[in-house]
Amino acid sequence: MFAASALNERNRRVEGIYKALFGLMTVLLVVPVLIILGVLIAKGGPAVSFEFLFTPPTDQGRQGGILMPLIGTIWLVVVALIASVPIGVAAAIYLSEYAPENWLTRLINLAIINLAGVPSIVHALFGVGAFVVFFEFGISILAASLTLAIMTLPVVIVATRESLQAVPMAFREACWNMGATRWQTIRKVVLPNAISGILTGVILEVSRSAGETAPIMFTGAVTFLPFLPTGVLEPTMAMSLHLFTISNSVPNMPDEIKYGTALVLISMVLIMNAASIAFRVYLRGKKKW
Amino acid sequence: MADESGAITGAAPPKRPAAELAIDVEQVSLWYGTFQALFEVDLQVQSGSITALIGPSGCGKSTLLRSVNRINERLGDYVRTTGSIRVMGHDVLADGVDLAQLRKQVGMVFQRPNPLPLSIRENVLFGHRLHRADEKFSKADENQIVEEALTEVLLWDEVKDRLGQRATELSLEAQQKLCIARLLPVKPKVILMDEPTSALDPKATETLEHLLWELKGEYTILIVTHNMAQARRASEETAFMLLGRMVEHRSTEDLFLTPREQETADYIEGRYG
Repeated sequence: MFAASALNERNRRVEGIYKALFGLMTVLLVVPVLIILGVLIAKGGPAVSFEFLFTPPTDQGRQGGILMPLIGTIWLVVVALIASVPIGVAAAIYLSEYAPENWLTRLINLAIINLAGVPSIVHALFGVGAFVVFFEFGISILAASLTLAIMTLPVVIVATRESLQAVPMAFREACWNMGATRWQTIRKVVLPNAISGILTGVILEVSRSAGETAPIMFTGAVTFLPFLPTGVLEPTMAMSLHLFTISNSVPNMPDEIKYGTALVLISMVLIMNAASIAFRVYLRGKKKW
Repeated sequence: MADESGAITGAAPPKRPAAELAIDVEQVSLWYGTFQALFEVDLQVQSGSITALIGPSGCGKSTLLRSVNRINERLGDYVRTTGSIRVMGHDVLADGVDLAQLRKQVGMVFQRPNPLPLSIRENVLFGHRLHRADEKFSKADENQIVEEALTEVLLWDEVKDRLGQRATELSLEAQQKLCIARLLPVKPKVILMDEPTSALDPKATETLEHLLWELKGEYTILIVTHNMAQARRASEETAFMLLGRMVEHRSTEDLFLTPREQETADYIEGRYG
């Protein structure tokens, strides 16, 4: 009575095929990441040492380490964060908590999505025109960081807005019903519960800024500099541009150094991403409703 | 239980001197965009009493409730109200009305308990801190406020040893009591309740109804309910609404025993709902 019919058998076979297909795609997704990491570790691992990280590059990078680009990237990222986080978070709060639902709000949201889709080289040219030339910041950390900030603003805005909207409406209504203003509600209830998502967005921004080359190569990053920057109006070396330069412009470059530089850059990004995930898991564990 | 209201048997809706009225709704019409949700509604609620609003889904009872503390307006210009709503004799629709002050006087309890994701203690003190941020309170003052409010809602003994616990971890019954308790420190005149027991089990519903009778007198309670048995048990007067109009408003006993309108009779007999 309960024996499988021919139809059941066929369904089971088809089921098996689809399951295998989807599983295979998932494996394919992971393979490139593992290969890249594996190759970088195998070929660049031996080059990476404490000394490599903290020695200035010499002989156009053929010798020495990556001190200047490493510190330069940290400068660029930190200044970009200082510029974009307050603006991005404030704009997201306005859009999520205050803005009425009308055509203007929809237009702004559309603009943000489009800003995220602008190619980074276009941001770079905008940065040259706006910050290097018009505001006369010159080729400087400030110009490069502001360009990065504009490029990554959508990430911050979207992440912040989504985490604000994930806070249940019931909490806001409870506050308003006790006579709280919008701002009191945001400060005491909405923001404390959205902070994990906001920080995730910020960390994503960091990892994206650290890896970008195009937006900084015309605005603030230079191929070689024998000293560390001392202020935001100076140019700097950067990891991404340094890797680009030693990979295609310096003859007789030892492979080990190229792979080692790439390994450090990708590790910075991966560590930031891992930190963002760990942090989110930690905060999610603490919040309950 | 509704014996105090026995004296007002008769004319519907019962007319009273304005001074005794906690809520006086006159000729209120309300539109959501082009949809008219309320049609010239009148409702008078005596100070210190419990009045139930009943009627089928979509009849406008929640809309009416929500217009008393103007929480409807968070939807924006989309909502338009005409007529007059007075709370303790003061027009709440007037230009000079500050919504924070209005909501301090007219608290609200929702269908689903909505404690804030803070500790029990912080929940009770939330409204108090909003409205009295310009005064200094010692920790001892605050402790007293918390104890009084939680005692009033019959929750103190259950939670007194764990005031630092997250309010969202409490049982639904305790959460709903807490949602009432957090209104009390700012001394509201009126408490609006929108189906406050619909998320609770029968036992919790019974305790909450008991609590309503404890709070009555000091506070005026207007409660929307789907549950006719609840309206009978837990109110002194009942108002029946249908399709945005006030059909009948009388003492609870009279409304359920001798409804004057055919629609009321049909509804309470369960012919629609």
